[in-house]
Amino acid sequence: MTDFWTVLGIWIGALATLSIWSFLYKDNPFYKFAEQIFVGVSAAYWFIFTIYNVLIPNLFDKLITDFNSNWLLLIPGLLGIMMLMKIFPKYDWLGKYPIALMIGTTAGLSLVRFLETDVINQIIATMINPLNSGSAVVAFGQVILIVGTISGLVYFYFSKKHEGFTGGVAKTGIIFLMVSFGAAFGFTAMARISLLIGRLQFLLGDWLGLLR
Amino acid sequence: MKYKLPLLIAFCAGILMILSEFIPRRPFSQLSGTLESWFLIIAGFAIVLGQLSLLKLNIMKVFSKSENWQYHLAAIISFAVMFLFGILFGMQRQAGLLGHGEMLSNLIGSKPFDYIFINLYQHLMAAMFSLLAFFIASAAYRAFIARSLESTLLLSVSVLVMLGNTSIGAAMTNSLPAYLHLPNISAFIMDFPNTAGQRAIIIGAGLGVIGSSLRLILGIERSWLGGK
Repeated sequence: MTDFWTVLGIWIGALATLSIWSFLYKDNPFYKFAEQIFVGVSAAYWFIFTIYNVLIPNLFDKLITDFNSNWLLLIPGLLGIMMLMKIFPKYDWLGKYPIALMIGTTAGLSLVRFLETDVINQIIATMINPLNSGSAVVAFGQVILIVGTISGLVYFYFSKKHEGFTGGVAKTGIIFLMVSFGAAFGFTAMARISLLIGRLQFLLGDWLGLLR
Repeated sequence: MKYKLPLLIAFCAGILMILSEFIPRRPFSQLSGTLESWFLIIAGFAIVLGQLSLLKLNIMKVFSKSENWQYHLAAIISFAVMFLFGILFGMQRQAGLLGHGEMLSNLIGSKPFDYIFINLYQHLMAAMFSLLAFFIASAAYRAFIARSLESTLLLSVSVLVMLGNTSIGAAMTNSLPAYLHLPNISAFIMDFPNTAGQRAIIIGAGLGVIGSSLRLILGIERSWLGGK
């Protein structure tokens, strides 16, 4: 026999799903209610998740178990508390210092890592010789790859007006970008439809028991 | 002091991270490692700040009895319930202030925090994202009626990719030569024209990030200080 708490869980899930889907008819109290519950539960989930998986193991545990070796962690702890001061308008200026450290660290890291992975590595991957590909289809594809990457980049180059030869290349770039967006759109649609199928399976199977 | 010191901190942190990439030796490697672990802790506090700020906003809306305040009360209550269960009994393998709450866990089959996560949060999230399946159909219709070369291309590619990745696409083109098989066409689109477009976006965005990072480190971009 299925126990009470499992059945209750299924009913909660089914009502939550139907409340969210009621938006397809129009904005209504059921949707608004479910939406706000989602906001509240989601915020509390990430709050608790951060405490247990980030702050306790990286800060509190280390300070409690071996303070002498980890006393320097008091600095990020203090900066973290200064960050929380942003909640009080009178002391929100204190939050500028931890934000400064985060921005500086992120900017420094991003500059080097994006340069390496997103620029240099991508350029290297595009520097291919189609004549060495071994098959006509792959060679054709590689020519498309080179032309598409260069023309796409020309489209993003705004320091020169897009007219004449530059305009023509930029227009070719738009075509490749549209193909890319189309593929992304197709995959997004498939992912969402897969979620929809999952929801229908839950409602018709777990909840109503119509699917075996 | 309120503006120059943060700019100096950002500059020093940024330069240190860059130097440690080019000079991977002590003290730079050690300093950048320390800075990264500090970053993780401060980012944790930033997430907590975000949640507290959201809670404060909802509480203010309820107290000022603004429009639809009842729904904001639902958000506060759901936050409080989830938060209390998490703090008192913990989540997954982590113990809370009152331990693991074995009695309650044995009764309902999992920790209360995990029970709400599985039976409410996951369902709400899946339902919310599955809504997009319906709106995507309307977006596709709007793109079709735009009737430009770009919109036609976008939609044709998305249809080809979707059909190529489903069994019906393969079944429809089984009798045709291999180069006309929808899965093969879809794979070709993904491997070459799509990669070309993606690569242009990645390189463009990468250059943008590098420029923005430099502006931040050098203190040219100061909007994060509050518009000054």
